[in-house]
Order: sequence, then C-alpha cells, then structure tokens
Amino acid sequence: MNLHEYQAKKLFEEYGIAVPPGKPAHSIKEALRHAAESHGPWVIKAQVHAGGRGKAGGVKFADSIEKVESIVRDMLGMQLITKQSAPTGQPVNCVLVQRASNFVAEIYLAMVVDRRTKRLAVIASRAGGMDIEEVAATEPEKILSLTIDPILGLQSFQSRRVAQALALDATQNKQLSAILAAMFRLFLEKDLSLIEINPLIITDTGELQALDAKISIDDNALYRQAALAEWRDPTQEDPKENVARRYDLNYVSLDGNIGCMVNGAGLAMATMDVITLHGGQPANFLDVGGNTNADKVAEAFKLLVSDTKVKAILVNIFGGIVRCDLIAEGIIQAVREVGVNVPVVVRLEGTNVDRGRKILAETAFSITAAEDLGDAARKAVAAVGGA
Amino acid sequence: MAILVDKNTRVICQGITGRQGAFHSQQALEYGTRLVGGVTPGRGGETHLGLPVFDTVYEAARETGADASMIFVPGPYAAEAIAEAADAGIRLIVCITEGIPIRDMLNLRASLRQYPETRLIGPNSPGIITPGQCKIGIMPASIHRPGCAGIMSRSGTLNYEAVHQTTQLGLGQSTCLGNGGDPIHGMDFVECLQLFEQDPDTRGIILVGEIGGTEEEEAAEYIQAHVTKPVVAYIAGVTAPPGKRMGHAGAIISRGGGTAEAKYRALQAAGVVTVRSPAEIGSALAACLKR
Repeated sequence: MNLHEYQAKKLFEEYGIAVPPGKPAHSIKEALRHAAESHGPWVIKAQVHAGGRGKAGGVKFADSIEKVESIVRDMLGMQLITKQSAPTGQPVNCVLVQRASNFVAEIYLAMVVDRRTKRLAVIASRAGGMDIEEVAATEPEKILSLTIDPILGLQSFQSRRVAQALALDATQNKQLSAILAAMFRLFLEKDLSLIEINPLIITDTGELQALDAKISIDDNALYRQAALAEWRDPTQEDPKENVARRYDLNYVSLDGNIGCMVNGAGLAMATMDVITLHGGQPANFLDVGGNTNADKVAEAFKLLVSDTKVKAILVNIFGGIVRCDLIAEGIIQAVREVGVNVPVVVRLEGTNVDRGRKILAETAFSITAAEDLGDAARKAVAAVGGA
Repeated sequence: MAILVDKNTRVICQGITGRQGAFHSQQALEYGTRLVGGVTPGRGGETHLGLPVFDTVYEAARETGADASMIFVPGPYAAEAIAEAADAGIRLIVCITEGIPIRDMLNLRASLRQYPETRLIGPNSPGIITPGQCKIGIMPASIHRPGCAGIMSRSGTLNYEAVHQTTQLGLGQSTCLGNGGDPIHGMDFVECLQLFEQDPDTRGIILVGEIGGTEEEEAAEYIQAHVTKPVVAYIAGVTAPPGKRMGHAGAIISRGGGTAEAKYRALQAAGVVTVRSPAEIGSALAACLKR
C-alpha cells in the first residue's frame, strides 16, 4: 500500500526528519487558507500515488496568491499521467501547499528491501533529482548502496560512509546520521517496504530537508499497522482492482480485448504472454489465487463481464488444491447468473479434470474447451477475430 | 536419490489441526509420504488423522525422529514457526504459508545463518515432491511421474504446467519444488541447481522464472560456471506492463536486471535453452535429452 507525500511527511515529522512547512488541501478555499498562513513563494504538488510528477506538470511554483489559486484550480480534478502512473493517469483530489525552499544541492536517499542480500539497503547519491535512474544506468559510481545487518542494525560507520559519499560538512554529517537512524526506525516500526527521499536538499542555510517523501507499506503487515491502513486512498487505485481486492482476487486492467481468468500469478502472466505470442491482446491480468473456489470464480467472471472492452474470455485453471469439477460448476453458475454474451474458452487441467471437462461439455451454454495453453490462446484470439 | 526428499524422509506438519494443514496432511498420507506427526501449540497429546500431535516441534522431532516439516501456520505466526523448526534441528523446512510480513522474514533469514545444515523452502511455496516417494505441499499429486526432469520455479501453478508437460512426454520428474513467491525467501535457483547437478536421477533441469528480482540472472552465472546438464528456461511476464511505480529505488537496486528480456538474455548467454511459450517447456527439454 502506498502513502501520499503529505502522509509520508507527517510520519517524517513524527520521527524528526525535517520537512518544509506545508499542508494538504482538497479545495481551492482550503489551499488559499494554507497559503495565507505563511509567506510565499509556494510550491503546489499534486498528491498521487506515482513518481515522475515534476516532469508531468504535477509540481508547480507560485509566487503570488493569485498564482496559487489558478494552479490549484487546474490541478484539482485532473488526471495526472506520469512515467510511473497507470496509463490513464491518477486522479488529483488533493494538493500539497508547501513553502518553497531555496537549495544548493539535491541528494537522493532511499531505504528499500534488497532481495539479493535479504537485507534492507540504503541507497544514496549526491546526484539526486529527477534523473536519478539515468544516473544509476550511466554513472553507477555516483551511487552508493550498502545493506544493514538486521542483527546489528544501522551502524554509525555506515552513516559516516554515506555522509562521505555525499560530501557533507561536519554539521550536515550529524544531521544525516539522525535522518538515517530515523528512517531505519520508521521502516521497521511501521513495516514499510520503501522510503524514498528525492530530493533531500541542502538548503541555502546549510540544513538538510526532505523536499519530497515516498513511502510504501508492506501489505502483509497491514494487519498490525491498523492506523496506517486507514490512510489508504482507494481513489488512487482502479475501481475494478478495489472490487477484486474485496474478493481476494489480484486484478490489473490492461488495454486489450481478451479477458483472462487464471489461478496463480505466474500462470496468469504466462497466459498473457501466450495470448500476445498468438497475436492477441489481453484485457487484464486476473489471478484468482492458487487456492481458488467456485464463488471466487463467479466473482471473477462478473468482474470480466463488467469490462465493456472484453470481447472474449479465456479461463485457464490448473487445479491443484481446487478440483476442476468445482471450477466447472463455478463457471456455469457464473455464466448463468451474469449472462455472459461473449465467447468463453476454457482450459482446465489438474485434479478431477475429466469430470470438469464433462460438466462443461454437457452444459447448454456454448463454452469452447481447449486442450492446452497454446490451443486456448489460439481459440481465444480466433474468437475476437484476430490473427 | 532425487534431491532433498525421498521415501525415507520423516515429515511433521506444523498447523496440522488447521483446515489447510489437515487437508494437505491427509493428501500427503494418501500419497505415501512418511508423515509421522503434527504440531499445534495447546493440542499436544491429541491424535489427528491418526497421528500424534505435539505442543512443540522440539518434542515432535524427539518423539518421531522427523527431519522435515511442512508449515501451514497463518502469516502472522509463520516466521516464528520456521524459527522453531530450525531450533529443533529440522533439516528441511517447507513453508506453504503466504502473507508473512517482510520484516519478519528479514530477521528470520539473518537468524537462520546459525543453522547451516537447515534448508528453507518458501514461504509462499507450493512445496516439494519426489514423485512416488514423498510429497510435502499443495501440488496436485496426479500429474507427477517418477522420471528425470528436475523442476524448480518461482510460481506454483506454472510449476504444475511444466510437470504436466514432462509427464505427458514420458520424461517424468526426479524432484520438483517451488522457491516461493515472496521477495525474501529460502532456497533460490542457485542452491537448487547445485543439488540437481549432483543428483544422478536428474538428467535435465527446468527453470521457470518470472519478472522481478535477479535470481534468474544469478542462476545464469552459476549455470555457465558449474552446470553440465541441459537446462531449459521459461520466464513469465514478457508482456506484463511496467505498472504503477513509486519512485526509483526498485529500479536502482536491481541494477537494470529484473525484466523478462534481461533474464532471457542472461540465460541464453549461459547456454540455457529458452522458450517463449510456456506450452513448449516440456518438448524443449525432451529435444535436449534426445541429442
């Protein structure tokens, strides 16, 4: 689960990481009230769950109250499309009104789970700002990364190494140690999976300040982070994805016209790959779970049918725990209940597959059976008139 | 032979009285796995599925001589269950549970270093099976046949796909296991490759990877240097959209790796036979073994 910048900054303040003065606003009136509380100039920042806002017009400078008003008017209600957003963009329902800071340097500082070393990693670079990935690709020597031993925790020599790589002076060195220690504590106490500060600025008076803040929370730990779980903003997520989550389905909307329903994330990705390989376009990624049942199958069908761009449905279930005859019954029940009027291609394999296939063959509904994954993809692509 | 588990492996189930634990214990028994007991704190002394239930893994291991454990304990308690099994001297811990917090796994992985003899499969794994001998996990038994393909994967159902194809083609499997879908997990491809390379029953190896992380790239490096048996690989997610992202840290930490194309390139450079369709995994291995 992701947090908005203003929420992340609230946590930063709680843990003693300096941020510029600023407040979130959901209306023009509220934004103007916040602006009036401090002297300008201000920076208006769209609050969306995606990076790359600066280059996409989601961060704007205002040197007058009138400017604040016109920027907020344009921003609120817009769909902000960035390099990291969903293809249709993220809705802007909230802006952060923040006092503009003068700075002499931009630092990149992040803490993230490193799968390779199975530890938390600190990533730091003096070349912070909007092009950090470019720097990572072309000048990797400008980026320092080190990992934290969970038994020792963050050590002071590690903070000193980071400070050295960032070419900080003695006072800033101290500030950086405090920031790193706070990040480490925050990461563990709140069960995070990412903290990114880009940029951490050195102000014109020599102070370190988090100009931006990105935080992601480990979904598996939300059960013990109830307060943070309440900060979820469903408007930043696809409405279908929200419905899917309620039924414990994993759904991602895509551009094509073949709706897919698969058990297991790996097999779901593979099904998309095979559809594409045969000249088709998947309309979605939908994983009903390795451990699915007939009810989940029915809910998944409703989700697929509610998508008007779906012109055919491909069901690919490899029954392990779940028996194919139950899945077959779930499919028929769903087709009956929701009134599916697009071709349905079903590939069943695994436990009780013969009974499952028999049930599908005997139904009055027209369901095309497929032999294997390749055959299923060919038939689905043919059904939408492609390839 | 095979790897890690065979007909002599003595298995207990942690969480045997739970719905999932009981169901899959029953399935394991029917398959012929030597399941010798279970652990549920507070239920020690009871009998479940005809097997003794213990309060602690320590007691279960002492009384039954178990050397492997299958874990179905819910996410919030599963990391502790793994630690308990390691502490009790269990040699092979297979954690099926999904939804374990990352922080718990980070600490656990560091702690497991004090048990160099212990191997962890998972969490969020379908388990491990040596066909005809021992099944620890949730995979459908009926698709497996004893044979020569060593199969390892990150995904569960895609593992079944590879198993099914090798069975249809008459190759069968030596041992199949799923590494687990969580970012921090136990055995990785390199450790599996080491074992498959040494196992006389395994004539060819199937690697089923997917986007994210750099385990496939590390496997490619290892194969190039140490593996003489044919390896066939499929990577899921070539067409997966980049998706919503938060920031740059993920991209920086994976050092340009992690995409399906990067993984295919690394594996091809290491001499691995790669297939673009998951439907061709089995036939590709059959072709390798015929040569």
